[in-house]
Amino acid sequence: MADVTAATEAHSDAGGTGEHHTSMGLSNNKMGMWALIGSECLFFGALISTYLMYLDRTNGGPGPEIFDIPFTSVSTFILLMSSLSMVLALAAIQEGDMRKFRTWTLGTALLGSTFLAGQFYEFTVFVAEGMKLDTSPFSSAFFVLTSFHGFHVAFGILMLVSLWAMSLSGRVKPVVHAPLVENIGLYWHFVDIVWIVIFTVVYLIPAG
Amino acid sequence: MAAEHPAHDEHDSHPGVGQYIEIGAILALLTAIEVSLFFADIASAVEVPALLFLTVLKFVLVILWFMHLRFDHKVFRRLFFTGVALAGVVFSVVLVISG
Repeated sequence: MADVTAATEAHSDAGGTGEHHTSMGLSNNKMGMWALIGSECLFFGALISTYLMYLDRTNGGPGPEIFDIPFTSVSTFILLMSSLSMVLALAAIQEGDMRKFRTWTLGTALLGSTFLAGQFYEFTVFVAEGMKLDTSPFSSAFFVLTSFHGFHVAFGILMLVSLWAMSLSGRVKPVVHAPLVENIGLYWHFVDIVWIVIFTVVYLIPAG
Repeated sequence: MAAEHPAHDEHDSHPGVGQYIEIGAILALLTAIEVSLFFADIASAVEVPALLFLTVLKFVLVILWFMHLRFDHKVFRRLFFTGVALAGVVFSVVLVISG
């Protein structure tokens, strides 16, 4: 009986981190994160499809020629590099190096913030040039898609900054909390792969 | 019990820092090639497939190495690719509807 209780505890709370595992030995949290990412694929797939459907419906307003490709390329590079810093943060916490972990986590949040600032600047330029949310079906689809992506980036930054702050107060511990960092990292990389698709399908191909 | 069901999402098989940096450099290089293709004077019949190929390559590199799908349990792969497949269905339906 005692063995059963001990085994159940070991099964349900690996490492005392609140991480519960499925009967397959997989983390419930990680399974949940992958399920969320799978459903988000559908969400962004619908938004990208809508944008492509309205690509030619500019109502005489600005179309894809308004995009500043060199500027967006730099933003894309910044977001890609934030994915690299995210995996370096994960590697650091897995190795128990909290100083490096905090540096890479904060670096990822700063790169994400730079990307968001760039997006905000891009939006202000588009509005100044006459492309507003209600200008045309094209502009509506563009702003809704890129804004929803921006909201996802902002939420990711919030999680990263919380993680960084919690590590300062000792609530995120080396090695033990690596699965938590991995799950936040999964979300962050997802935001990155969505942008990889947006950059080509929304910016490069229509503006080419 | 836990020993009977070894966790498949262990981190032992995850890539090291060196490999992460290599992947990051490849991603940066692929983005540079994409932008060069955009500014090069190439027919769109070549440019568009080339851009899409580079995008798929970057996408795959991130999910396999940075998101560890190459090393993790196949259940995660199934969850993710189900979402991608459904997004593909939505995309195809929209293409058909919009002609």
